[in-house]
Amino acid sequence: MTLPKISQVVGRAVPVPGDDIDTDRIIPARFMKCLTFDGLGEYLFYDTRFDGDGSEKSHNLNLPCFRDASIMVSGANFGCGSSREHAPQSLYRAGFRAIIAGNFAEIFFGNATSLGMPCVSTSRENLAKLSCAIETNPSIEFVVDVEKLQVRYEHEEVRCEIAPGARDSLLNGSWDPLEELLTATDEIEKTASSLPYG
Amino acid sequence: MNSKNLFEKVWDAHSVGELANGQTQLFIGRHLIHEVTSPQAFGMLREKGLPVRYPERTFATVDHIVPTDEAHEPYSDILADAMIKELRKNCIESGVTFFDVDSGKQGIVHVVGPEQGLTQPGMTIACGDSHTSTHGAFGAVAFGVGTSQVRDLMATQTMAMSKLKVRRINVNGDLGAGIYAKDVILHIIRLLGVNGGTGFAYEYGGSVFDAFSIEERMTACNMSIEGGARVGYVNPDSKTFTYLKGRPYSPSGNDWKEQVSVWSSYSSDKDCSYDDTVTIEGAQVAPTVTWGINPGQAVAIDENIPDPDQVTQNERESIVEALEHMKLTAGAPVRGTKVDVAFIGSCTNGRLSDLEEVASRLPGHKVRDGLKAIVVPGSQIVSKLAMEKGLDKVFIDAGFEWRAAGCSMCLAMNPDKLVGDQLCASSSNRNFKGRQGSPTGRTMLMSPVMVAAAAVTGEVTDARTIFG
Repeated sequence: MTLPKISQVVGRAVPVPGDDIDTDRIIPARFMKCLTFDGLGEYLFYDTRFDGDGSEKSHNLNLPCFRDASIMVSGANFGCGSSREHAPQSLYRAGFRAIIAGNFAEIFFGNATSLGMPCVSTSRENLAKLSCAIETNPSIEFVVDVEKLQVRYEHEEVRCEIAPGARDSLLNGSWDPLEELLTATDEIEKTASSLPYG
Repeated sequence: MNSKNLFEKVWDAHSVGELANGQTQLFIGRHLIHEVTSPQAFGMLREKGLPVRYPERTFATVDHIVPTDEAHEPYSDILADAMIKELRKNCIESGVTFFDVDSGKQGIVHVVGPEQGLTQPGMTIACGDSHTSTHGAFGAVAFGVGTSQVRDLMATQTMAMSKLKVRRINVNGDLGAGIYAKDVILHIIRLLGVNGGTGFAYEYGGSVFDAFSIEERMTACNMSIEGGARVGYVNPDSKTFTYLKGRPYSPSGNDWKEQVSVWSSYSSDKDCSYDDTVTIEGAQVAPTVTWGINPGQAVAIDENIPDPDQVTQNERESIVEALEHMKLTAGAPVRGTKVDVAFIGSCTNGRLSDLEEVASRLPGHKVRDGLKAIVVPGSQIVSKLAMEKGLDKVFIDAGFEWRAAGCSMCLAMNPDKLVGDQLCASSSNRNFKGRQGSPTGRTMLMSPVMVAAAAVTGEVTDARTIFG
């Protein structure tokens, strides 16, 4: 199966400010009682967006001007905590295709990359600049350029970073590694039989 | 020969090759699965027509969703019931060993693996659960992974990984009386930050870790991920080998000596190098409790809750947010914070030694009126051993509820949840907003003995002042 090459993501952006946004916050545990990831988009940031009775709280994700956003802008250590892939799945299924943050927790980063959802890091100053631009005009278009390591909007651009391995696999369309892993049958067997345990 | 640390030795021994993007294809010797993060992976395999390649290397149990006060299926929660049945079906179809609820061996995956002897030095281990770092207590390199990687592991027993750097953390000297492994790891996370370990494996050592039992090492390694480190480990030693001897999946027979020598060979070489080294004096570690909404927001029991007006702008926002959620007063002593619920259990602190330590202090004390206190053993075996020692009676006499094994109120995927804004003194590992099942619920992490002290007094208390 050929995967699309992801060199850039273009779309509107929504700020979800704050450092250390954990995966319990992104998708509360009770929504993980499921056998597939279908429908998880609905529960994205559920407890931050909704009250106990289901009524909307004040949250950027509830605002009509951000309904079409496909890029999320957040703070440092995004996606920390639980390894649940339900978190990036929920973001992806809610329409997000790229995340810009201070940096990312490692397991979240790997999970998101394997869905073809680039997670790029930038400085606190740049994040503030991006958020400010979005607040001023939520309809501006952003380009997260994985190849050039830039986030562009209007006539501005800021530098961003992504781990080289993830960047390569996004650019080459090999972000889901399974096909490549499967080709190494003999080498896998060789490693397995070289180990002192079964 | 170049000297290496344990992480490098294990990594090299399990490297299958380099992938096109420069990552390593890493062989994982033991794969542990549970009901929450595996069904989607089994579904993906079915969709692709792929079998589980090495079913003998995968072991399953059920832990997150199991009710702790309901013995029989069907469970009243139909979603939970569907999940256990799906795992059972998937294990039968793929030939994976399942420590089911009727096996007498079921429990939290990170308690079950070690107690079955599945976790051994020099192994690579992975599980779709971030607390897989627990298994590093044996000198294994153990990764928490997502569901797509669970799929990759079932299909190939390998996954794509970038090599981690290694930070050696020495805890030297001795701990004071009444200071536990939980205090040590909370202290480390507070010091290095919840983000400080990103990109690192933590190698724990020094005289404090040398003196720790295997179960204490598990408590510390368990929370490595709360400091951002995906992997945490301790070099294997005679305690490791003694723990493993005679366990169901441990090697047996005449080759034990040889096995021990193979295991020992994985230990970090004396003159190996590390990417970073941190040294902490054991004497500086106090009974530690969290006051905020991530595990790094912690203070010693005799300290005050931070005041956002006394810190930098960057820290201020997160302190304000945490205090608002926790409904605590800036600058107030953490001691004396009123507690509604006490939870002893989880993959961090739900092992026999945790229960024994608390039970040895409880006689003569009662849980405060109106406070809900539950004990959830980490596995059916922990439960059985504890009951043989009469610990269940000690807890029940003191006013605790004695429950069946599972993850329970650590993440509240079963019926054990906080209600409203209840504040829970908890021996678990995460104090995130809503973690214990109520969006407005509040969690303060601490050692099991400190939880018991809070249960007795109804407020956050220095356990040393009550239990001596």
